[in-house]
Amino acid sequence: MTQTPVTTATVAAARPATWWTPRWSNWRLALVVAAVVLPASALTLPVNAAFWLSLAAATLVAVTAVVDAWGRRRGPLLVAPALALLFVTNLFPLMWSLGLSFFRYRANRGAAPVFAGFANYQTVFASPIVWDRLQTTALVVILTVGTQMIVGFLLALLFEKEFPGRRVLLMLVLTPMMLSYVAIGAFFRYYYEPTFGLLSQAVRVFTGRPFILLDTPARALAGIIVADAWMWSPFVMLLVLSGLVSVPAYLYEAAEVDRASWWRRFWTITFPYIRSLLLLALLFRTIEAFKIFDVVFLLTEGGPGTSTETIGVYVYRLAFQYFRTGESTALAYILLFIVVVLTNLYLYFVKQRSAEA
Amino acid sequence: MAKGYRARGVRQGGWGRTGLAAVVSVAYFFPVLWIILTAFKTHNDALATPPKFLFHPTIENFIAVFRRSYIKGFEAVDTGFALFFFNSIFVSASSVVIALAIGTLAAYGFSRFPLRGNDTYLFIILTTRMLPPIVVIIPIFLMFRVAGLSGGYAGVMLLYTAFNLPFAIWMMKSFFDELSGDVEDAARVDGSSETRVFSRVALPQVRAGLAATAVFGLILTWNEFLFALLLTGVGTRTVPVAMAQTIGGDIGVRWGLLAAIETLFLVPVIVVSFLLQHQLLRGVTFGTIKR
Repeated sequence: MTQTPVTTATVAAARPATWWTPRWSNWRLALVVAAVVLPASALTLPVNAAFWLSLAAATLVAVTAVVDAWGRRRGPLLVAPALALLFVTNLFPLMWSLGLSFFRYRANRGAAPVFAGFANYQTVFASPIVWDRLQTTALVVILTVGTQMIVGFLLALLFEKEFPGRRVLLMLVLTPMMLSYVAIGAFFRYYYEPTFGLLSQAVRVFTGRPFILLDTPARALAGIIVADAWMWSPFVMLLVLSGLVSVPAYLYEAAEVDRASWWRRFWTITFPYIRSLLLLALLFRTIEAFKIFDVVFLLTEGGPGTSTETIGVYVYRLAFQYFRTGESTALAYILLFIVVVLTNLYLYFVKQRSAEA
Repeated sequence: MAKGYRARGVRQGGWGRTGLAAVVSVAYFFPVLWIILTAFKTHNDALATPPKFLFHPTIENFIAVFRRSYIKGFEAVDTGFALFFFNSIFVSASSVVIALAIGTLAAYGFSRFPLRGNDTYLFIILTTRMLPPIVVIIPIFLMFRVAGLSGGYAGVMLLYTAFNLPFAIWMMKSFFDELSGDVEDAARVDGSSETRVFSRVALPQVRAGLAATAVFGLILTWNEFLFALLLTGVGTRTVPVAMAQTIGGDIGVRWGLLAAIETLFLVPVIVVSFLLQHQLLRGVTFGTIKR
């Protein structure tokens, strides 16, 4: 990309240097020093002093590595802090839980983990509960993403043209997706409330009886889907809208000259511009809906019974209420695999789209 | 905005379209609007059947959130939400600042000095953000328990920094990618050091992007629930957790008070997302889709 400027570090590297030359850029020497200091201090010194000495040695290695890389390897140096932090807070825990998924372990007991091979995975795959929760999740995903795609698309058509007050009205529609799941859950709990809730009161006008939405499985599911679809339809709308406004005006003008029907104009002019965005919206929402946790947790807590318990809520229960830690990590890894595949697919289409443009 | 859109072919609709859109938008926004209205009602008005659309607005609910405690039995109980709001602000602001500093450097690196396997790194980074939070939280919960990090500010701040970092990297990379490198190369030819090129040439050009990323990060952290639920203690609880715990509790049956808390929680988000309208698409897709 850019020519590497000549700095002291590059000059120093050009000179023949042996590994024992004491220099700030000599990370090999620092590594050797650390390798000697760490075990020696741990064996001879009290714990406190050993800790600080080891820390100093580790810092020395880090500093020399940075000095060595300065000027020559700018890319790695710039991304190193971010990667280190992500390693500590994400990748390392994930590797740890991968290990844990092969052990019989309960986090609320004192007993040490016992190696169990693939037993946890066998339990998870054989468990009818897991399949049932996966089916519930699939149902939620299909219904909520389907609703979002349709509602989002119709909303986008409404806002496709420029009109007075468009900016403000658009923002009213876009607001729900910026809000917190907790707030949405609390809203809809309030609206679904049997005595004072708006929905119950509206139904009572017709039937004369209070309406308890969340007391049968099908209606509870509908309640969750309405809340989630209300929240995320604007997302689909935003993506579709950006496709709609990118259609060059002259195409429509030409179609008008040819007196093409609305339907034909849509399929031959508009649709090619929004096709890739529809696909991306579908994938993105599927990934997100698959993870659905907060709304269910707050609105129905999986009830009535376990009829609306999605896989996300089930993993939460398994890990933090039943404390079957080993099993929960095995199940979590299966979810992780699914999401990684979907994310890969999503990024593939993102790339394809930017290549087309 | 209007001008740019028209050039790209947004056709004109008249006031008729405005009328239709207004009806649909207000209906769509109604659940939020109703909560905000409820926040200004007295306890009796909030529970009135049929629901009251016309009422005398009162701000007693807002005062009760912070100042006057509400009465439970014969006892006056504090809602405690002053602390929870402080926690939310403190934790989100500090984690966003740290994540933005580290993330911007990384994004500049990924954009300008690609590594071998650049795309793989970026994919892994995005994946950590796309994973179900429940998958990540199980081992973190266990580790934080061992390290003594759960319950305090440090643990949740560390985790939120990591939570914001992938987002900050992808967003800022998408902004850096849009800049042409010519200006930076010109500065290099004129003898600027690399540090100077970054701080004086590249960074000022993405100022708007930095602001957008910061605000999006703030909103995401402000709204986050599961991590906070599992990692905050009594004194470090954030608003979403506290709000979820009111459901079914004493405050939960006081719709007016709950609505006031929700309003205070939502209004900042609504205001800043209005200001961010142009960057919304990029923000909600983690910078993967720009237009």
